Amino acid sequence: MNRRARIAVFAVAAAGLTALLVASVIELPAFGHYQGAYGNQLNREAVAERHTTNVVTATVFDYRGFDTLGEEFILFAAVVGVTLLLRRHKDSEDHQEVLRKADDDRVRSDAIRVVGLLAMPALFLLGLWLVAFGLVTPGGGFQGGVLLAGSLFVVFLAAGFRPYAHLTPAHWADFAEGSGAAYLHNFLGSGTRGTLESDGSMTLLNWATAVEVTAAMVLLFSEFLESYVLPSVRPLP
Amino acid sequence: MSYLPYIVAAWLFVVGLYGIVTSRNLIHLAVCLTVTQSSTYVLLLAIGYKHRATAPIFYGVPVGSRAVDPVVQALTLTDVVVSVTVVALILALTVDIHRDAKTVDPDEIEAFRG
Repeated sequence: MNRRARIAVFAVAAAGLTALLVASVIELPAFGHYQGAYGNQLNREAVAERHTTNVVTATVFDYRGFDTLGEEFILFAAVVGVTLLLRRHKDSEDHQEVLRKADDDRVRSDAIRVVGLLAMPALFLLGLWLVAFGLVTPGGGFQGGVLLAGSLFVVFLAAGFRPYAHLTPAHWADFAEGSGAAYLHNFLGSGTRGTLESDGSMTLLNWATAVEVTAAMVLLFSEFLESYVLPSVRPLP
Repeated sequence: MSYLPYIVAAWLFVVGLYGIVTSRNLIHLAVCLTVTQSSTYVLLLAIGYKHRATAPIFYGVPVGSRAVDPVVQALTLTDVVVSVTVVALILALTVDIHRDAKTVDPDEIEAFRG
């Protein structure tokens, strides 16, 4: 199908879709007049039942924990897919060997190195804090995990990828990515409201998710970085 | 009585689709897909919003305060994660296609070989 025909077909379909969307939207309760009983119920019950003050995290890791399990497996499947796609053409030559022989790409700008050096521990701590207090204040395993992975990549940004590629704990991340997707029943019971150990096994699930997300992000980024800076290990077919 | 956030969500959805259909670059296409997916965040959060309500985090706020819906916020979190994984997969496929076909323009890729 050529370009013009495709756009013509899309214009017809988009007009129909827009009409349907508008028709359904005006049947919704007006903005700000939410009427869902389930959410209101959770807001009333969650703090007393689960001893968490962050009801969103309670929903993610407890009330709808099964959905989060599915979500983790989507993440897991996607990371496996990306890894397989990007490693498809990899040479049999030893990886670390190529990394060592590759050109030096150390960052020479002092400004970038200093800012990176200052930002990395700050981001890492902020990530840990977001995970640790995810059940009390805004945050949680997903948000904190992304930040933890990001702090590792500030090292590459500030210091160059090749000299520090061995820091990418790919084997550890492969393992953590799998084990983080394990889920448990809320078996620990509830602790004291508003403290770090207040939420029974939700704390464990929160940290497991953080490990899973961190590992997934580390794997994703390092696979893309490797295929970018190491074209030599991926010969063209 | 306002439907503006819902209309914004619908507009983001259609405009993202338009970008996908007319895209001449697979990376641009991935970005357009994130625009389309952003519309679902706007829709979910708009549905759960209540006037004069706080976030569903009862830390320093008494339980029973008027708070927005936590379920749609949890759904949005799931949505963001799925969006990230889908974009990562598309970008990996783009790297693969570029290696084989030497182009990232979907119109110039003649056929997908196995």
